Amino acid sequence: MSNTSKYFARRVVKSLLVLVLIAIFNFFLIRAAPGDPAEIMAGLSGGADAQTLSAMRSQLGLDKPVATQLMMHLRSIATFDLGYSYRQQEPVASLIMAHLPATLLLTTTAFLFALASGIYLGVQAALRAGRWSDSAITTFALLVYATPSFWIGLMLVLLFSVQLGWLPAFGYETIGAGHVGLARAMDIASHLVLPALTMGLFFMAIYARLTRASVLEVSHMDFVKTARAKGMPERLVVRRHVLRNALLPVITFAGLQAGSLVGGSVLVETVFAWPGIGRLAFDALAQRDYALLLGIFFVASIIVVAINILTDIAYVLADPRIELK
Amino acid sequence: MHIRRALWRCAVPALVIASSPAFAQITPTPGGVLNAIVAPEPPTLNVALQPVAVTQMVASKVYESLIVYSPKLEPTPGLARAWTVSPDRLTYTFHLQKGVRWHDGQKFTSADVVFSYKKILANTARTRAVMENVADVIAPDDDTVVFKLKQPYSAFLYSMDIGGGAILPKHLYDVPTEPDKNPHNNAPVGTGPFKFSKWVRGSHIELVKNPDYWRKGLPYLDGITYRVIPDAASRRLAVEQGTVQQAGAYDIEPFDAPRLAMLPTIKTTGAGSEYWAPMVWVEMNTSLAPFNDKRFRQAVLYALDRNFIVSKIFYGHGTVSTGPIHNKTRFYDPEVKRYPFDPKQAAKLLDDMGLKPDAAGVRARVNYIPMPYGEVHRRFAEYLKLSLGRVGIAVNIESADVGTWLKRMGDGDFQMVGNGVFQYGDPAIGVARTYISSNIRKGLAFSNTSQYRNPAVDELFAKAAIAPEAERQALYSQVQRILVEDAAVAWIYDVAPPVFLSKKVHDAITTALGTSGSYAEAWMSK
Repeated sequence: MSNTSKYFARRVVKSLLVLVLIAIFNFFLIRAAPGDPAEIMAGLSGGADAQTLSAMRSQLGLDKPVATQLMMHLRSIATFDLGYSYRQQEPVASLIMAHLPATLLLTTTAFLFALASGIYLGVQAALRAGRWSDSAITTFALLVYATPSFWIGLMLVLLFSVQLGWLPAFGYETIGAGHVGLARAMDIASHLVLPALTMGLFFMAIYARLTRASVLEVSHMDFVKTARAKGMPERLVVRRHVLRNALLPVITFAGLQAGSLVGGSVLVETVFAWPGIGRLAFDALAQRDYALLLGIFFVASIIVVAINILTDIAYVLADPRIELK
Repeated sequence: MHIRRALWRCAVPALVIASSPAFAQITPTPGGVLNAIVAPEPPTLNVALQPVAVTQMVASKVYESLIVYSPKLEPTPGLARAWTVSPDRLTYTFHLQKGVRWHDGQKFTSADVVFSYKKILANTARTRAVMENVADVIAPDDDTVVFKLKQPYSAFLYSMDIGGGAILPKHLYDVPTEPDKNPHNNAPVGTGPFKFSKWVRGSHIELVKNPDYWRKGLPYLDGITYRVIPDAASRRLAVEQGTVQQAGAYDIEPFDAPRLAMLPTIKTTGAGSEYWAPMVWVEMNTSLAPFNDKRFRQAVLYALDRNFIVSKIFYGHGTVSTGPIHNKTRFYDPEVKRYPFDPKQAAKLLDDMGLKPDAAGVRARVNYIPMPYGEVHRRFAEYLKLSLGRVGIAVNIESADVGTWLKRMGDGDFQMVGNGVFQYGDPAIGVARTYISSNIRKGLAFSNTSQYRNPAVDELFAKAAIAPEAERQALYSQVQRILVEDAAVAWIYDVAPPVFLSKKVHDAITTALGTSGSYAEAWMSK
C-alpha cells in the first residue's frame, strides 16, 4: 500500500470516529437548551393539557432514558435514516434535500466569486505594492471586511432593487412566472446575484488581504530572485513560482470557508428569503426540532470532514514538496 | 330610433356608474392570484394536528369546519348548514351542507366529521379539553352529526373554528399510518374554496381555485400564493413594492406600520381578530414574594402609563386592557376598577407593604423575561424597566428565545414574564385557563402560569362554563371585578392587529378569524 493510500485509509477511519463524536456532542448540545419539541409544539398551538403533552413526548421518544435516546440516534445515523420531523411532519432527509440545492448554489457561487476575485485583487495589489492602486484595493478590502454583511445586503437591495430596479430584492425565483429551461436558469441567476455578492464580499476581502501579504512575502524569497536572474518573464515568475507558493495559506482558509458551505448563512438567507438550509437549521433550533437539527448537523459534519480531506489534496497539488503520509 | 336613443340615454349613465370606483367596490370580479406573506413558514398544513397561527392562515382556505364566526362572533353556517341544541343543552345536532365533495372528488359525509372529532381532534392540544365534555359523536345519517355532551358546556359552539374543528377526510386518514406521518398533512385534501397545489419549502405555497366548491360561483380568486419571507425589512419592502398584496398582523413590525399605512396603494384594517382576541400582559409569579401581595401587583399597574405603551410602543394597534377579558370577547364588562397611570399611588402601595427605598432608591429587584417576538417587545421591556424603576422596582431584563420562554413560563421559573394569549371567542375556552387553580400545571405554557389562586374565581368560572346563556354575563362580570381588584396579572392591551391589504383586494376579511377566513368571497379589482 502506498503512503498516500495508507494516509487516506487512516483519514477515513479517523473521520468516522470524528463523526460519531460530533454526533454524540450535538445530541447533548441541543438538549442543553431549555424546552423540548413537545413543549413548543403544544405552546404554539395555543396550549395543551398534561395528558396531551405527555402523549406528544411519548410519540417523540422523549420519555425514554437519555442513554436510550442516544443509542437510537446513533443507530439511525449509522443506517443513514435521519429520522422524522414531527414538527414539520416530513422525513428529515427529504427536508434537507429540499433545502440543500439552494444553499449549495448560493454558497458555492459566493465561494467561487470570493476566491477568484479575492486572489485576483490580492495579486494585483501585491504586484503594485505601494502604488495608489494597491492602496485603493487594500482600502476597499478593509472597508468590505469591516462592514456587517447584513448591512451590505440591505444597501445592495436599496440600490439595485429599489432605486435602479435591475435585480429582484429577494426570493429564489419569480414565483408564478412558470419559467422553464434557460429562462428559469436566468431567472434564478438574477435572484442569486445580490445574496451571493452579500455573502461573497466579506470573504473576498479576506482572500485579497491574505493573497497580497503572501505574494509579497514569497516575492522576496531566493528562488523567485533566482528565477528572475535566469531571465524568466515576470508573468511566468508570478504564475509558476510566486502564486503557487503564495496560495498555501489561501487554500487553508478556503478549506475552512468551504466547510461552512453546507451550513449556509442564516443572515443572508433570512434577508434575501433564500430557501436554504441555514434558515431551516435556525428554525429547527428555535422549535427544538431535535431530529431535524441533528440531521442537518450530521450532513454538515460529513461534508466538513470530506472537505478537509480535499483540502489536503489541494495542498499536494499546489506544492509538490508536500507529501501525504 | 326612439328606442335606440332611449337605450343610449340609459347606457351612458350605466357605463359611467360601472366605471366608477364605487361600483367597482361592490361588483366582484373573478380572477387574479393573491400574493400574501406567510412568516414564519408553517411547519405543516394539517391544521387539526398543529393549529399554529401560520398553518391556520394557509390551511383555512383548504379545510373547513362546521361553523364560521361572523365579525360579531355569531356562529354562522360552515360545513354545517344548521344546528339545534336540545332543551337540556346536552345534545347538539348538526345538519351538514349538501353536495360537498373533497378535493379528490370523494363525497363529504357525516362519517368524516365523526372520524375527525373522535380520532383526530380529541387527541390534539387545542380540542382535547373541549372533547372531555363530549360523551359521544354519532352520525344517524350521511347528512347529520350529533354530539352528546356529558354535562352542559356553554362554550361548545365556540370551539369549532378552523384551528379547533377542521374536518379531515376519513378516507385518507383512517389508515394504518399514524396521523402525524400521513403524507396528506403537507399536501392537504379539503373541502374548502382553494385546493392545495404546490409547496416549495422555504419559498412559497400555492393554492388554486376549487372549481367544484359547494358554494356555487365562489371563490372569485384563481388562487392564493403564500410567500415565505423571513426578514421583517424584506416583508415591508415586499408590501411597498407590490410584490405581495397582503401582510398579516404579525408580519410587519408595529414601528413600520404607520409608513405602510400611508402608502396610496395600501389599506389597513384592524378587523378580523375578534375570535382570537389577543391580549398582551405581564405575568407576575404569585407564588413568590413580593408578587404574592396584591398591592405589589396593583403598584405595577399604577406605575405603567399604558396609554403611552399602546400609542407609542405598539403604535395604537389596540386599546388599553381593562381586565382579563378582551373587549371583543363575549361577556366583556368595562365596569371594573381602573388603574390609571399614577406613580404616586404605586409608591404609596409599596410603602404600605413596607418596601422602603434603599440608598439607591430601590425597593425591590425583579427579573423580567420579554416575549421573544420581535423588536417591539424588547422596546416594551425597556419601557417597563424605566417605569418600574421610577417607583423603586429595579428590573433586570432577561432574554430568552421562544423555547426558553415557553419552558420557563410553563415551569413557573420566572418572576415577571411578558405573555400574549388568545381568547378563542368565549371566556370558558380562552380566559378561565389562565386563572383557575386547577390549571396550575408545571410544564404547561398558557395555563395558569402566574399561579394565581382564588376559590371564588374558580367557582365563578366553573359555574359560568355550564350556565345557561342568559346567566353567564352576571357570573363573568363578577369574576372580572375580582380579578381586576386582585390585579391577577398586569394586563397591558387588547390587541387589534392590523392587516395590510392592497386596495385592489376586496372582501378578504369577512369573518372573526380575519386572514384565517376561507377567502371564498375575496376578489381583486383589475
